[in-house]
Amino acid sequence: MHIGRSLVKNAFRLPALALLATPFASAALAAEVSVAVAANFAAPMQTIAADFEKDSGHKAQLVFGSTGKLYAQIRNGAPFEVLLAADNETPARLEKEGFAVDGSRFTYAIGQLALWSARSGYVGDNPGVLRQGTFRHLGIANPRLAPYGAAAVETLTRLGLLGKVEGKFVQGENIAQTFQFVATGNAELGFVALSQVYADDKLKGGSAWVVPARLHSPIRQDAVVLVKGKENPAATALIKFLKTDKAHAVIKSYGYAW
Amino acid sequence: MLGDSDIAAIVLTLKLASVTTLLLLFIGTPIAWWLARTRSPWKGAIGAVVALPIVLPPTVIGFYLLVAMGPNGPVGQLTQSLGLGVLPFTFSGLVVASVFYSMPFVVQPIQNAFEAIGEWPLEAAATLRASPLDTFFSVVLPLARPGYLTASVLGFAHTVGEFGVVLMIGGNIPDKTRVVSVQIYDHVEAMEYGQAHWLAAIMVAFSFVVLLLLYTLNPTGRRR
Repeated sequence: MHIGRSLVKNAFRLPALALLATPFASAALAAEVSVAVAANFAAPMQTIAADFEKDSGHKAQLVFGSTGKLYAQIRNGAPFEVLLAADNETPARLEKEGFAVDGSRFTYAIGQLALWSARSGYVGDNPGVLRQGTFRHLGIANPRLAPYGAAAVETLTRLGLLGKVEGKFVQGENIAQTFQFVATGNAELGFVALSQVYADDKLKGGSAWVVPARLHSPIRQDAVVLVKGKENPAATALIKFLKTDKAHAVIKSYGYAW
Repeated sequence: MLGDSDIAAIVLTLKLASVTTLLLLFIGTPIAWWLARTRSPWKGAIGAVVALPIVLPPTVIGFYLLVAMGPNGPVGQLTQSLGLGVLPFTFSGLVVASVFYSMPFVVQPIQNAFEAIGEWPLEAAATLRASPLDTFFSVVLPLARPGYLTASVLGFAHTVGEFGVVLMIGGNIPDKTRVVSVQIYDHVEAMEYGQAHWLAAIMVAFSFVVLLLLYTLNPTGRRR
């Protein structure tokens, strides 16, 4: 009933808007879009959103959280219009369940995994430190919840080291918490997102082995337009902006591929 | 319904809450006694420190405990020099954190009970030549019993309900640090809502029964 009514309303409004829009720049139609962003993408998204606001005149309101939590909120009526997830399963699931716009899904970034230690010189440019196994704790994001955790387990499996180091796992509920464990020295080393320890094309501190992409399936981070953002021009504009070279450059400088 | 890891989490939670409550009754008694009896100008400051965990967000406490108890933190340096290693990611670490976190819920009811006893039972005991220790065990403790009941139940229940602190310093290790609240959170994050509902329902039922017992066994709070 509600959907039917809003469709009728929009049917009247849209041509009028289109008429108004043609002669003016996009800024004349400045709208606001509410974006739910996976926590690991918080830093690059803030830069991208600032660029987007400057270029388009639209406003992007960002909400950060773990993908699982954002999923639960979206299913229960959260007013988000676009979701930038940390995986590709959640957007697909939302689309199947009718909470996302069909065919709006795309990969906006591909995460890179790094084995990192806060101590410089602790991790070499290879998995040797894992083979030696002289550490007490290996930080990892919960593989059940976090794509980076699943990728880490996959990497260890391929290296034949899972059985050797599994008993030393300390699990963060997400990649941010895993980073905390390692950054505070409580875990000597851990699998984190390269984006957490990387800026301006170099390591911010400590030592790291950037895990080659061939050792795990790609960590695809997908975006999707949610049903609530279907008619919002700012949502459409943001999706378009995420696919520009300008956005890609920002994404890459934070240690992601796309 | 419940999987093995759920059962393990329940067992671990009950163990953590029991150990924490017992420790807190021992540690909390002298603190509560001091707070109830002292005329020291430090009374306000110490009372405030004990009550801090009520106000501070648990994840904040957890994060700073992680930093303080880590290998580079002051507590971590101390435990390492004592040959105890570092506390995060261990059951002992959770106990230490829980003792700190649940302290006000144990100290305050006992302190209130001590204060309610007043001076005259102690003076009466003294005129009967009871030593201070004898007075404490034969007069004060029996009179403060309702306070102890409240303190035990609140301390236990608060530790069972603890989440943010454990999440921060636990590392989610089965049988060591994966307690019920973390397990429920994991189920929700993994979108396994069915299992989350089961565990949560058990927790609600348990909490209700515990509080019901408290209020039926201890209807008037403390007596004079």
